[in-house]
Amino acid sequence: MLGKLTWGAIPFDQPIPLFAGGFVILVVLCVLAFITIKGWIPYLWREWVTSVDHKRIGVMYVTLAGVMLLRGFIDAGMMRSQQALAFQSQGYLPPEHYNQIFSAHGTIMIFFMAMPFMIGLMNFAVPLQLGVRDVAFPTLNSVSFWLTATGALLVNLSLVIGEFARTGWLPFPPLSELTYSPGVGVDYYLWAIQISGVGTLMTGVNFVTTILKIHAPGMTYMRMPIFTWTALATNLLIVAAFPVLTATLAMLTLDRYLGFHFFTNEGGGNMMMFMNLIWIWGHPEVYILVLPAFGIYSEVVSTFSRKPIFGYRSMVMATMAICILAFMVWLHHFFTMGAGPNVNAVFGIVSMIIAVPTGVKVFNWLFTMYGGRIVYATPMLWAIGFMVTFVIGGLTGVLLAVPPADFMLHNSVFLIAHFHNVIIGGVAFGAFAGYTFWFPKAFGFRLHEGWGKAAFWCWFFGFYLAFVPLYVTGLMGMTRRLQHYDVPEWHPWLLVAAFGAAVILAGILCQITQLVVSIRHREELRDLTGDPWMGRSLEWSTSSPPPAFNFAVLPQVEDRDDYWRRARLAERGAAPRAEPIYKPIEVPRNSPTGFICAFFATFGGFGMIWQIWWLVVVCLVGAFATFVVFAWRDRTEYEIPADEVARIDRANRRARGEALTTAEALS
Amino acid sequence: MSSSDDYEALSRTDHAPGDEPAARHEIAEGIVGYLIGLGLAILLTAVSFFIAGTFLVWRPSIPIALVVLAIAQIGVHLVFFLHITTGPDNVNNILALAFGVLIVFLLIIGSLWIMYNLNQNMGPMPMG
Amino acid sequence: MTAFQAGADFGDGRREETHGPRPEAILDHADPAAKRIIAGYGFWIFLLSDIIMFSAFFATYAVLSGETAGGPSGKDLFNLHNVAIETACLLLSSFTCGVAAIGARAHNGLMYYGGMAATCVLGLGFLAIEIHEFTGMIAQGAGPTRSAFLSAFFTLVGCHGVHVTLGTLWLLTMIAQVFAKGYRADILRRVLCFALFWHTLDIIWVAIFTVVYLLGAGA
Repeated sequence: MLGKLTWGAIPFDQPIPLFAGGFVILVVLCVLAFITIKGWIPYLWREWVTSVDHKRIGVMYVTLAGVMLLRGFIDAGMMRSQQALAFQSQGYLPPEHYNQIFSAHGTIMIFFMAMPFMIGLMNFAVPLQLGVRDVAFPTLNSVSFWLTATGALLVNLSLVIGEFARTGWLPFPPLSELTYSPGVGVDYYLWAIQISGVGTLMTGVNFVTTILKIHAPGMTYMRMPIFTWTALATNLLIVAAFPVLTATLAMLTLDRYLGFHFFTNEGGGNMMMFMNLIWIWGHPEVYILVLPAFGIYSEVVSTFSRKPIFGYRSMVMATMAICILAFMVWLHHFFTMGAGPNVNAVFGIVSMIIAVPTGVKVFNWLFTMYGGRIVYATPMLWAIGFMVTFVIGGLTGVLLAVPPADFMLHNSVFLIAHFHNVIIGGVAFGAFAGYTFWFPKAFGFRLHEGWGKAAFWCWFFGFYLAFVPLYVTGLMGMTRRLQHYDVPEWHPWLLVAAFGAAVILAGILCQITQLVVSIRHREELRDLTGDPWMGRSLEWSTSSPPPAFNFAVLPQVEDRDDYWRRARLAERGAAPRAEPIYKPIEVPRNSPTGFICAFFATFGGFGMIWQIWWLVVVCLVGAFATFVVFAWRDRTEYEIPADEVARIDRANRRARGEALTTAEALS
Repeated sequence: MSSSDDYEALSRTDHAPGDEPAARHEIAEGIVGYLIGLGLAILLTAVSFFIAGTFLVWRPSIPIALVVLAIAQIGVHLVFFLHITTGPDNVNNILALAFGVLIVFLLIIGSLWIMYNLNQNMGPMPMG
Repeated sequence: MTAFQAGADFGDGRREETHGPRPEAILDHADPAAKRIIAGYGFWIFLLSDIIMFSAFFATYAVLSGETAGGPSGKDLFNLHNVAIETACLLLSSFTCGVAAIGARAHNGLMYYGGMAATCVLGLGFLAIEIHEFTGMIAQGAGPTRSAFLSAFFTLVGCHGVHVTLGTLWLLTMIAQVFAKGYRADILRRVLCFALFWHTLDIIWVAIFTVVYLLGAGA
C-alpha cells in the first residue's frame, strides 16, 4: 500500500538529522501558523502563488535561492567543522552521514541555490530591459518555478523521511546503481533533479523565445543590454544541455528501477558513458551559472562607472563564443579516466581557448572603469571583488586544463578550491550584486548600504580564508570528501578553513540583518523616482516597483542605453514628451496551474521514490487533467482600463518631474 | 502579453516554423506540397531499405549511403512538411536549427570518439 | 514610462540627431512578434531540445550497440518487414497531419477532422506493431534487462514510442478542442504546435530506422 515506506524511514536513531529535521518542521509550522492567523493566505495565493507575472516569479525564485543558501551553508559548516576536528579522530559525523552531507551540499547549492538565483534575476530584469510586458509564456514560467520548488522540497524531505544520496552531487555509477546504493537516497536525488530539470528546460525555452522574438519597438539585437545578451546565451545553453541531463538520469533510473544495463558492471554496461554524458551536461551547466553573473557585472560596472560598457560588440561576441565553446570542453572533467593523450590534448587546448573570451570580458570591464567616475556602492564592491577573485579562480582553472597537471590534482581539494573560487567569486558575488542592484526596483526601497558593505567584506575575506588553505592542502595531496585524515601537515590549514567558513557565516548574518534593517527603515530608504542608481537600461524608466503591465506604452528605443541618454537630456533641460494616449492593457490572468502541477509532481515524485505505484498513477492522471483544464480556459487575460493605466503612469511622470525640479533647485 | 495590435508588425517579415507559407493560399497548392514531400520521402525510404539488403552495391559503403539517404529524407521533411525555407523570414528558425544540429553533432561524434578511445585503453574484461 | 522625449526637442521644429547603430538587416526584430510566431518558435526551440535528448539516447545506443553480453544482436532480432510497415504508417501519418493542418487554417471541417482521424489511426497502427515487436522480444528472453545493447535499444525506440503515444493523446485533445470551441486563434496555435511535434517524430523515426534497424540488421 505504501511501497517501501515504513516508520523506519524516519531517523529516530540519528540525533543530528532528527533534531535538524524536527527544528525545520517546527519553523515551517510556526511560519504557516503566523501567516494563517494574520489572514495573509488569500493575499499570498492571489498575488504570489498563482501569479504569472515575471517580476513576482523572479522574487519567488530568489527567495527560494536565499533559503536554500542557508541550508547548503549549514551543510558546508558541518563539513568544515568535521574536517577541522577529524585529525586522527572520527570527528562527530559518521561516514554514512558525512557522505550524504557533501552530496546534499553540492546538489542544493548548484540546483537549488545558484540556478534559481540566476533564473530569478533573469526573470525579473530581462523583460523590463527589453521594454516589454512579460515573457513569451507566462503561465509556463509559473510552472517552471513551482517544479523547481518541488525539487527543493523533495531534497529537503530526504532529511526527515529516508536518506539522501551518498554519491556526491553527481551520482557516478556503479556506486549509484542499485547494487551499491540500495536505499532511497539516489532515488530522491534522481526525481528531485528530473522534476526541477523539466522546469529549468521550460525556462530555457521561454527566455530564448522572449529575447529573440519580443522586443520594444526599435530595440534591435545590438541595442539590447549586455545582461539580456548573457541571458540569451545562458538559456540557449539550458535548452541544449538539460535534455542530456534528463536522458542520462533517466538511463540511471531505468537501471535502478527496471534492471537495465546502461551503466552496470554486468550485462555489458559501460559506466564511463555516464561520466561522458553527465559532463556533456555538466560543463555547460557551469556556464549557465556564470554567464548571467557576467551580465550583471556588465550592468553594474557601467552604471557605477558612469560610462557605457567598453567594447559592446566584443562583449556580445565573447558571450556567444563562450556559449558555443562551452560544448567543446567537457572531457576536462575526466582527463584521468583514460581516453589517452590525443583526446586529452584536444580538450585541454580547447579548455584554454575558452579562457580567452572570458579574458576579453574582464578587460572590457576594466576599460569601462578606466576614465569613469566610479561610485563604490555595494553592487560595485561585489563587482570589483569578483574581478580579483574570479581571475584567480580562472587561472587555477587554466592550470587544471593542462592534462599532466590535472593527473596530480584531479579530485584533490585543489579542485574544490578552484571551483568554489569561480562559483563564489563569480556566481555568488554576481548574485549578491544583482540582488542589491535590483532590490529597489523590485520592492521600492534600497537595501541598507552599511550592512551591505559589511556583508561584502566578510564574504570577501571569509572566502579567501576558507579556500586558500584548500589550494595548499590540495598541492600537498589531500583528496576531496575525506571524513577523517591523519596527515599532520594538513591540520592547521583546515583549522584556518573552518575559521574562514565562520567569517562567511558572519557575512550571511550581515545580509540577513541588512534585509531586516532595510525593511524596518524602508521609508528612509524609499526609491521615489524608480532610478536610484542613475541606471542605463529601460528597467530604470519604470516606477519602483513597476506596475503589473511594466510600461504604460512600450518605449520607442533609438539607441543602446537609451534610458540613460534620455534621462541626461532631461536633466539638461530638454522638454518632457507629451503625455501618451493611454489605451487599455491586456494582462495574462493568474493561474494555479503551476502550483497544482507541482503538487502532483511532489506526490508523484515521492511515490516513485518509495515505489507507491498507485500514487504515481493518480498523480500522472492529475497532471494531465491539469493541462487539459488549463487548455480549456476561455478567458486568458484581463483588461486594465485606460484611466487606471493613466493614473499609474502619471504618478511616475510626476515623481520624476519633481525629482528633476528638486535637483535643479539644489544645484 | 499586451493588446494584439502591438504584435502585428512582424507577421509580414517573420514566419512561424511549421506554418503554412501564406495565410491565404489555395488548399490544393498546400496539398500538392505535402504530396511531393510524401513522394520523395517514400522514394528515399524505399532506396534505403533496398540498399541495406542488396549485394549490388559495394558493402562497406552501405552505412555511409544510408546516413546520406537519411539526411536527405530529413531535409525533405524539413522543407515540405515543416516549411523551413532559406528565405529572410525564416532566419531565426534556421539559426535555431543550425544550433541544434551543431550540438547533436558534437554530442554524438564527441561521445563516439571519446568512448572509442576509452574502450581501447581498457584492459581485457571478464565475461558476464 | 519616462516623460522625456526620445530626441531632445529644441522647440523650433528641429530634433536632436540620435546616434546609434543602424538596425541589422535580417535579424532585426524591432517590434514584438505576433502570438502565432511566438508560440511556434517557442515550440520549435522545445523540439530542438527534444532532438538533443534523443541524440543522447542515440549516442548511448551507438556506444553500447556491440555489448550483447553473449545474447542476441540486432541481426538476430530485427524484422525489417515490420519496420517497413511502421515507416509507412508514420510517413503517411505525416501527410495526413499536413492535410489536417491545412484544414485547420482553412477552417475546413472535413480536412481537419478527416486528417486528424487518419493520423490517429496510423499512429495507433504504428504503436500496435511496435508493442507487438517489443513483447515478442521480451518473450524470447531478449528484453531490456538481457544486455546493454538491448537496454539501449528498448530505451531509444521506446522513448520514441512514448512520444508517439503522448502525441496521440494530444491529437485526441485537439480534436475535442476544435469540436468544443471551434477554430479559435489560441486553439489553432496549438494545432500548429501539434503538427510540428508530429512531423518531428517522423524525422526522428527516419534516424531510428536507418541507424538502429537498417544498420543493425546488416551488421
